[in-house]
Amino acid sequence: MKRIFLIFSVSALLFSSCKKDDPAKEYDPNVMAELSVEFDNIAGSSDLQLNTGNYSNSFGQQFKVTKLKYYVSNFKLTNVDGSVYTVPQKDCYFLIDESDAASHAPVLNIPEGEYKSISFTLGVDSLRNTMDVSQRTGSLDVSGVAADMYWSWNSGYIFFKMDGTSPAITGMGGVFQYHVGGFGGYSTPTVNNLKTITLDLTSRGTPKVKSSKETNLHLMVDILKVVNGTTNMDFSTTPMVHSPTAGVPIGNNYTTMISHDHTEN
Amino acid sequence: MNRKYWIFIFFFLTGIIACEKDFVDGFIGFSKPANFPEPVYRLTDNEITKERFELGRNLFYETLLSADNSISCGSCHIQTAAFTHHGHTVSHGIFDRLGTRNSPPIMNLAWNTSFMWDGGIVDLDLQAVAPITNHLEMDETMPNVLDKLRNSGKYPQLFRQAYGSDEITTTRFLKALSQFMVMCVSSNSKYDSVMRNEGNVTFTADEAEGRLIVKQKCGNCHPEPLFTDNSFRNNGLSISSVNDEGRFKVTQINTDRYTFKVPSLRNMAYTAPFMHDGRLLTLDAVLDHYQSQVQQTENLDPLLLQNSSPGISLSPSERVKIIAFLHTLNDRSFLFDKRFSQP
Repeated sequence: MKRIFLIFSVSALLFSSCKKDDPAKEYDPNVMAELSVEFDNIAGSSDLQLNTGNYSNSFGQQFKVTKLKYYVSNFKLTNVDGSVYTVPQKDCYFLIDESDAASHAPVLNIPEGEYKSISFTLGVDSLRNTMDVSQRTGSLDVSGVAADMYWSWNSGYIFFKMDGTSPAITGMGGVFQYHVGGFGGYSTPTVNNLKTITLDLTSRGTPKVKSSKETNLHLMVDILKVVNGTTNMDFSTTPMVHSPTAGVPIGNNYTTMISHDHTEN
Repeated sequence: MNRKYWIFIFFFLTGIIACEKDFVDGFIGFSKPANFPEPVYRLTDNEITKERFELGRNLFYETLLSADNSISCGSCHIQTAAFTHHGHTVSHGIFDRLGTRNSPPIMNLAWNTSFMWDGGIVDLDLQAVAPITNHLEMDETMPNVLDKLRNSGKYPQLFRQAYGSDEITTTRFLKALSQFMVMCVSSNSKYDSVMRNEGNVTFTADEAEGRLIVKQKCGNCHPEPLFTDNSFRNNGLSISSVNDEGRFKVTQINTDRYTFKVPSLRNMAYTAPFMHDGRLLTLDAVLDHYQSQVQQTENLDPLLLQNSSPGISLSPSERVKIIAFLHTLNDRSFLFDKRFSQP
């Protein structure tokens, strides 16, 4: 009996909140709510299929992708009123791994509100790359998921990894490995492949974030743009990329791979 | 005024009590030698305790760190060779896979500003990940190492004693290893005794003159008291077939090509062979190199280009004195310090 009453009162509350007309009153900036940001990996116009999907680059070279992983971090959201919310840094490092569906849509805790743009770092910022090992937990734990995303010989996180095969590559089992990192160096300035991605959310639907509901920002990540762009990657001449400098062209290419597709409000 | 006085008494007494406790435990912790500068390692982020140091010592000699459980850090860093791989030009890892570089000594690392011959690692706490995961060295993965330790009979208890719980994390593991490495201070050579005015130790005439020659002709790169300036330089070794590009691999800056970290001159009696690839087997060969075999390769250090021909001019008597002085930098007690031996 008690439970029925509870359900009744909760749903009554929900309905009454729906009826409110003044949008400004809909959001309480003091209340935190969840926004999931979904990274949907695609190849051109088709969904990315690891190991089986056949794709081709601008040279017409066929290729398959066997591994796709990248870090996204340091999220910032701009409210339609112009205010900017920065998600606390320590909660804000996510490794998107195509082979692990649970990793595809990290959830951010942000104040209720309607947001017009989102920005984040593709990679792990230089500050975190120089922090004490005790500050490298969760997705940054080098004995955890980061074991595969860390250069131990040149201390630093790998920001982006795409491995695969292509018949255009002779020898080495036709394998290509594109690993991009490089945060600018500790004491000697070195190559910096950190990229800030900023996406306008107004044309494809602004997220209306409230604690009473789920909101999902659906982003498309097109891996064809990793190999086709300012520099068209030729698998036959460049099958291996394992250092910051060699990663520069790929890093420049993948700044354009992410777009906002739609919002599930 | 009165209050200050009492505060002073209070700290003085706690100081004495703390000292007594150390004495009872027989564990002193990290102490900076009087003739050394302040350490670089952030000791405040890794408070040295007896239990953590002992854990680190066990881990240093632990073969579970390698893929086939065959080798430990101590396999290529042997205490009686001042923690180098004595007699090996380049070190071999599991399955006798050969590397390309000579294993450097684990010695006075608290003063190192970077690690590895190319300085690719700048934090001692992250150093161990490299040899553990290197295909040619231990060829393990960090998740596997921690799992093996968790499933061992020995380590959960050692971690509990060190950190208060069984939990084996990356941070605890790496920081315990750092404690062991930071504690490996070599500062009891004859040179140190002279510098610290200990007893009636003095240099012989040759040693004293040798010291001046070393200061003048080697001191720019090998300054006292650590005998390295932690910089990266090309000292004119001929380019071998391996074509190791040294620090260039890390920075990818052209002026870093063929430069390597300047090693310390301490404990040279125990750390042969010399140079990044161990190509020079004796101290005499090292002097021969600087005297007459310096090659004018890309980025040769300008300090080696001050004479009519590349290198450092050395007379036979200067060589005798240099070697006499270098022998005063050997710290035999470091080789047999029971704190650092295999438990």
